[in-house]
Amino acid sequence: MNDFALEMNNMDGAIPEFSQNEPTKRGITLRNYCRLYLTSLAIFAALAAANGCKKQTAPPPPPLPPAMTAPAPTATISASPTVVNPGDGVSLLWHTTNATDVSIDGIGKVPTSGTQTVNPTSSTNYHLVARGDGGSIDATTRVTVNPPMAPAAAETAPAMSDDASFRQNVQDVFFDYDSYDVSPENQSLILKDAAYLTAHPMIKVVIGGYCDERGSTEYNLALGENRASAVKTALVAAGVGAERIRTVSYGKEKQFCSEHDESCWQQNRRGQFSIDR
Amino acid sequence: MSKKTEPIFRRISFSLALTFASIAVVAGICTGASAQDWVRTGTNLGAQKIRIAAADFAPSSQDPQTPALKTTFDATLFNDLNNAGIFDLVSKSIAPPSMPASPQQINLGEWANAPASAEMVAFGSLAVNGGRVVVSGWLFDAKNPQSPQILGKQYNEVASQDNARLVAHRFADEIILRLGGGINGIAETHIFYVSAKSGTKEIWEMDYDGEGTRQITHLGAISLSPHVSPDNSRVAFASLGNGGWSIRMFSLVLNRPVTFPSPGGTTQSPAWSADGTKLAYSSSRSADTQIYIGDANGAGVRAVTSFRGPNVSPVWNPKTGSQIAWVGGRTGLPQIYLADIDGGNVQRMTDGGYATSPSWSPNGQFLAFAWDRKYGPGAPGGQDIYIMDIASKRWTQLTHDAGRNDFPSWAPDGRHIVFERETNHRPEVWSMLADGSQQQPLTRGGNNSMPNWSWK
Repeated sequence: MNDFALEMNNMDGAIPEFSQNEPTKRGITLRNYCRLYLTSLAIFAALAAANGCKKQTAPPPPPLPPAMTAPAPTATISASPTVVNPGDGVSLLWHTTNATDVSIDGIGKVPTSGTQTVNPTSSTNYHLVARGDGGSIDATTRVTVNPPMAPAAAETAPAMSDDASFRQNVQDVFFDYDSYDVSPENQSLILKDAAYLTAHPMIKVVIGGYCDERGSTEYNLALGENRASAVKTALVAAGVGAERIRTVSYGKEKQFCSEHDESCWQQNRRGQFSIDR
Repeated sequence: MSKKTEPIFRRISFSLALTFASIAVVAGICTGASAQDWVRTGTNLGAQKIRIAAADFAPSSQDPQTPALKTTFDATLFNDLNNAGIFDLVSKSIAPPSMPASPQQINLGEWANAPASAEMVAFGSLAVNGGRVVVSGWLFDAKNPQSPQILGKQYNEVASQDNARLVAHRFADEIILRLGGGINGIAETHIFYVSAKSGTKEIWEMDYDGEGTRQITHLGAISLSPHVSPDNSRVAFASLGNGGWSIRMFSLVLNRPVTFPSPGGTTQSPAWSADGTKLAYSSSRSADTQIYIGDANGAGVRAVTSFRGPNVSPVWNPKTGSQIAWVGGRTGLPQIYLADIDGGNVQRMTDGGYATSPSWSPNGQFLAFAWDRKYGPGAPGGQDIYIMDIASKRWTQLTHDAGRNDFPSWAPDGRHIVFERETNHRPEVWSMLADGSQQQPLTRGGNNSMPNWSWK
């Protein structure tokens, strides 16, 4: 299973447009993944062909009259609509002047002015760079992709490749010495954690409660439980369903950091999130 | 430490329990009680120790196993009497070199006179015949040559090192029972503990002196807080599984885990009632972790506490069965509390610091517990073992300036306490007398913790 997961992650790395904010998919099969992979290749091929066509059919721009100072290029780009659901088409419209070489990140070389339809699966910044004799200029438009609808099929459950995204977006909560109170700073942290979890409703989480190495084993197990439970309570208050959250105390039985000083102890006094599989 | 012999000690037929008690009371009245007197009285350690000699036993067979078994027997008997807490043992270096094999062979004078100056002498013979080890042992009153015999015992077991130790333990316990006020010795008791020797924290068992270690559980999961049932048939402990911490049960009779319906949530720190019919434990089945009591088969669970903060480590009053002590965090740092088992009459016992891991003395009089009285980041001081007289809340410190000490557990004789001492971040199991003397390690080099002394 680990090897499989590793392979998936590698594939994921090879196709960045399917990686980070992709709709969460639990138990994605290799076959499904290959389908996505082939689809993406097809899109690449289509884009390449379209670009090639336009290049061939469009007349080369007339040579500019020699000038002492070439005028600076201008560029605009817009998207319509700017907010879509995953997989919906978006029209990009761009216009440049005094440019000889225009490209859009993720698409490649494009005509100096034109339109193109794209199908982003995650929120994307379309960044256009126009270069001319008078210099270069860039323009950006953003397309926001809505989080996926509440999915019904296993296909839309979180994929293992979401671990990285989860770790990046759901941050651990740290506690004061001998305390299981959620501080105001931690409260705002938990709101962010809750926002991610709300946006990814298929993810179930387990909150691990940890304590530093001082103190007594049994008391620390209970304290770790109370820490995990306090984080759960705060998440539920922020709108995350209690049935999605499980707590486990590790007390001082498992330590993140094994030095015997305060900075390390602080590292060990935490509520840690991980995906519950 | 040579002492003038009180005549009373020669009269072994008296009830020595009464003797010790009356001596202690008299000493208290006459000299003014020092801090240690109430401890020594309450822990049956007595005001004065009986001077006893343990002769090396005479080898009385030609079997080649004889010398090795005799060496083990002699060392074990000497060690048991030395550990008992009620004897002033004549050291080997000044004891007479003779090895009387029988009452006919003993010259009581050489034991009673200086330098040995023994009041009592244990002696006898050891033979190996037909694969059996046969031990004959006597205890004589060295100062009563007219009628010296107090005890005569014979043991016959399969010849092995383990049985040489076992027979020595039995003979020692007979001597301790006779001379120690009718309280059973502990040489045949066991200590259950947690060891990471196998790579994972599992439950282990050893003899009271640290010999004969054996691994009980092989779960491959972290297991903590072993507590043996009063009849030695089962061990309750906490173990980390997929669903978190639950209480599990291991049958020492069947030698395998048996079912126990542990409540959900983090459920841990089990404690047996003295009659073996009930368990108390800590569980987060509700919001906060609270103390619950249920039947030993897991049925009839009800909450005892409903306080904020962690509530863990319950222990029953073994004398009455009607009270528990536990660790509560309702005011912040953990403190020791007492309550009736219906949750009434809550008393806070400790006045600050960080107090955990109570153990109730067999006579119901004391709590032993771990206390760091100046707990806090950067605070000086350590975590030490204390005992408190429950009625008066007087306490005394038993360990000083030696590592971090936790999880005291009383021996059934009320004279001994086993505990965990962590030095250089490595915990080992130690034992001591209940007045803090004779501290000695029972385990070495294996990450050993959370000891629990068997009830018998």
